[in-house]
Amino acid sequence: MPISPEDVEKVALLARLSIVQSELSEVTERFGRVLELVNELNTIDTSGVAPMSNPHDMVQRLRPDVVVGDNEREALMASAPAQNQGYFLVPKVID
Amino acid sequence: MGDSAPLNASVSDLHQLLKDRAISSEELTSAFLKRIDQFNGQLNAVVTVCSEQAIADARRADERLSRGDAHVLTGIPLLHKDIFCTLGVRTTCGSRMLENFIPAYDATVVAKLKAAGMVMLGKCNMDEFAMGSSNETSFFGAVKNPWDPNCVPGGSSGGSAAALAAGMAPLVTGTDTGGSIRQPASLCGVTGLKPTYGRVSRLGIIAFASSLDQAGPMARSAADCAHMLTAMAGLDAGDSTSADRAVPDFFSELTGDVDGLRIGIPREYFNDDLNPEVREHVMSALTQLEKAGAQLVDIELPHSHYAIATYYVLAPAEASANLARYDGVRFGYRCDNPSDLEDLYLRSRSEGFGEEVQRRILVGTYALSAGFYDAYFNKAQQVRRVISEDFRKAFQSVDIIAGPSAPGVAFPFGAKQQDPVAMYMEDIYTLAVNLAGLPGLSTPAGLINGMPVGLQLIGKAFDESTILNAAHRLQLDTDWHQARPALEDSLA
Amino acid sequence: MTWETVMGLEVHLQLATQSKIFSGSSTQFGAPPNAQADAVDLGMPGMLPVLNEEAVRFAVKFGLGIGARIGERSIFDRKNYFYPDLPKGYQISQFFSPIVCEGIFEVPMGDGSLLPIRITRAHLEEDAGKSVHDIFTQESGIDLNRAGTPLLEIVTEPDFRSADEAVAYLKALHSLVTYLGISDGNMAEGSMRCDINISLRKKGSDALGTRTEIKNVNSFRFVERAIHSEVERQADILDSGGTITQETRLYDAERDETRSMRSKEVANDYRYFPEPDLLPIDIDQDYIDAVRASLPELPAAKRARFHNDYQLSEYDAALLVPDHALAAFFEEVAKLSGAAKPAANWILGDLAGALNRAELTIEESPISAEGLAGLIMRIEDGTLSSKLAKQVFDGLWQAQGTADEIIAARGLKQVSDSGQLEQMVDDVIAANPDQVAQYLAADEPKRKKLSGFFVGQIMKASQGQANPKLLNELLINKLNNQS
Repeated sequence: MPISPEDVEKVALLARLSIVQSELSEVTERFGRVLELVNELNTIDTSGVAPMSNPHDMVQRLRPDVVVGDNEREALMASAPAQNQGYFLVPKVID
Repeated sequence: MGDSAPLNASVSDLHQLLKDRAISSEELTSAFLKRIDQFNGQLNAVVTVCSEQAIADARRADERLSRGDAHVLTGIPLLHKDIFCTLGVRTTCGSRMLENFIPAYDATVVAKLKAAGMVMLGKCNMDEFAMGSSNETSFFGAVKNPWDPNCVPGGSSGGSAAALAAGMAPLVTGTDTGGSIRQPASLCGVTGLKPTYGRVSRLGIIAFASSLDQAGPMARSAADCAHMLTAMAGLDAGDSTSADRAVPDFFSELTGDVDGLRIGIPREYFNDDLNPEVREHVMSALTQLEKAGAQLVDIELPHSHYAIATYYVLAPAEASANLARYDGVRFGYRCDNPSDLEDLYLRSRSEGFGEEVQRRILVGTYALSAGFYDAYFNKAQQVRRVISEDFRKAFQSVDIIAGPSAPGVAFPFGAKQQDPVAMYMEDIYTLAVNLAGLPGLSTPAGLINGMPVGLQLIGKAFDESTILNAAHRLQLDTDWHQARPALEDSLA
Repeated sequence: MTWETVMGLEVHLQLATQSKIFSGSSTQFGAPPNAQADAVDLGMPGMLPVLNEEAVRFAVKFGLGIGARIGERSIFDRKNYFYPDLPKGYQISQFFSPIVCEGIFEVPMGDGSLLPIRITRAHLEEDAGKSVHDIFTQESGIDLNRAGTPLLEIVTEPDFRSADEAVAYLKALHSLVTYLGISDGNMAEGSMRCDINISLRKKGSDALGTRTEIKNVNSFRFVERAIHSEVERQADILDSGGTITQETRLYDAERDETRSMRSKEVANDYRYFPEPDLLPIDIDQDYIDAVRASLPELPAAKRARFHNDYQLSEYDAALLVPDHALAAFFEEVAKLSGAAKPAANWILGDLAGALNRAELTIEESPISAEGLAGLIMRIEDGTLSSKLAKQVFDGLWQAQGTADEIIAARGLKQVSDSGQLEQMVDDVIAANPDQVAQYLAADEPKRKKLSGFFVGQIMKASQGQANPKLLNELLINKLNNQS
């Protein structure tokens, strides 16, 4: 088995996904299938090869430091699931 | 308007008809809306229909046409894949997570086509968050292939391809991260183009894998794709990965001349794994091009077989981060009565995302996690460069590269669900093109037992013209691209 | 057991750009919640970052200001974690290749020495938003105005050995960044936030002990106190044979102690990877040279110049330099008055005192550089005695005009005319024959003392306006010639 159910649960927590216990073994098995596929990468020697993030040799363009746009709060917060007095709301967080 | 000819007319012909006022945009739009109404119940290709808005836009286009102030696309209707944010119009990305999401902005592509005067009929169904090759992962239900309603249309732009093949619109937009325009185009018998990475702006397109995603046109001909691409392409300062390249009039570059065109035939694509019937059709298409003066050249892309492993590390990894913003806080699905913050996250995401999306997020998170980054993510980025190098070397001796778009024709629903990898293999010929950031298109190459098969053409970076022109040549010499499903029969 | 404190500091500096690092939203403080958060800041679907050129320039300025190597090709990375004030679920930061690489920052210490602190790196990143927990009963409110503000994170090697050194560093950093004009470096307002990594080890040992991180300390005083209380806490544990838990802590000012941060208990795997929506930042030598040429005179150079050109003591120079507005004020006064040392004295003495009491900054000073220079010039040219100078200073503070106008209005002009002074001396000698006799009968040392009586009388008669030096000369002369 390329991965254990416990490890799958750890990964799920990192990704904030919860896996129903009754489905864990199937999820693990299918996850494992994908890992088997990608483990193929172990068979190629890439020493000295620079990793490629973007396919072309472009460099970052810079934007002038100018304020653009105005208060868009109303339009953007129209999609908010919970809001009050201009704040997005989440269950109380204790630090 | 009893004549169905305008529904099948090319962009150039439609433009002429509209300019001559032989038909109005409103009439055209109504006709397509009627077609959607007629067939969408069964095909489920369109998720949101914008009848009122479309008519209003059509009337505005008619005014513009009357003024003589029209672009070649003015007044022509289209459907957008539901991955393009559309101001004021629900954009779901095929997911429960965005079931009721109404963007406050247009994607750049949407704005550009709007500015050209196109009329948006609605939003097309798709695999959830663009993850899939059969349009079976959509929260809004599967899309049926108009050629055979028991079969998938391909994915993730399955709704777009099906709608186009069913004549619900003359032009549709799609996105392609690993084959999501080309493979459904192949399975539905239409022409679809994935431009060079950076050719078209990604701003406002819901991100799946940022370094692989690209938006492109799907149409019934290479010529129509060329018109659309010209209007879609161009530098966007709001997208840092958008390339500063002049946009030619792709349509006017279609000379149809392929004399001396060197077409690379990679032996890795034409090995024993290739379905013999697919091989036959693809070779038949290539023979056509040879007759027209092209030269077939044997080439090698030695690391082709690593493309799928590379893609299934990089795409899920980028996606795992791109989808982290869906947390039930500022927009999108939120679970009922979250007890605390962690509950909010866990339930909103687990309830909002479907199985395939969750699987890819897990794979991607794993590939980036401590202890695995070097072996998976970094390694995959290295192999990406190796694969790109293969193409670069090959293009030293050829102008374009050809092969099948997909391993077979459209398959029945559920046929590839038992093993996620079986589905992933659908994109075996298309994935490498996204890894290398090159342009690729699929053009129809006939039917196998009544089901479409596609020829894929891959070009050099920013050389969409050459592959469009080759497809155009093929479409001048054959009529495969004109085949249409007899919907009244297939959907009876 | 003698423990040595070993610390490294991570400072998050808000860069004073007009717009955010990746979007065009304003960075201005004080807007209503979410009024300065656009679709990019909110991480809305399909949104993409575009890099602010000023943030890059500010980062390079900083790097050059500390003599660090500038990364010619730096990249952005995603730092992935879930928190409501982090809209995208990742922070765009720099992990693998920062824009500023290693350098050495020389920190001026109280005793005049320079403490070299090794800067490991400085990198650009975006700030998160803010959560408020005290407005709503059942919920926390999220305000994303701050999300996307450009930050420069400055990381040091564990080179600090005491709270003094840490505070000196922070003060010098504040001074440098205000000179560079890249940040207002205000800890209280949150534009300069300090995290302290702190561990103890046996004196003489080379190995590093287990460290804790104290996050977000927001004043020099709290930095000092936090370090002291954490050192004490760790020493107590180690002395009793325990081990330090590696964790993140917060400084509680009310209780004067550090406490563990509950929400950071779950170990975070940030899964850094290169940000695919952004491309590498290319910085060539021409750009670096242009930024270097635009740098203002930095604190170290200014200290040296004040010492050499104005003959100020290193001590005075060290006091005048850190606040560049104060330094500029001093230079103007020095140039206008031609008297650098008096200028320094007045600024560091009376003016500083008055500003402190009124809680004003030098920029808000009611006395302008011209005003103060005017006062100093009148002392230097003998028009005003130093005793009466304070009155004029008060007049200037109350905006009663220039020094000359105040001197004239209050009749404070020092009497230096020898004729007038002679008359005053004659008058006092004539009016006090007994004291004159006493003086003449006394020996040298006693005479010095007795002359004070006459000086006092003359000062009283002249309302303090007699030029003391001239007066003394004339007085002694005349007294000695009495017989």
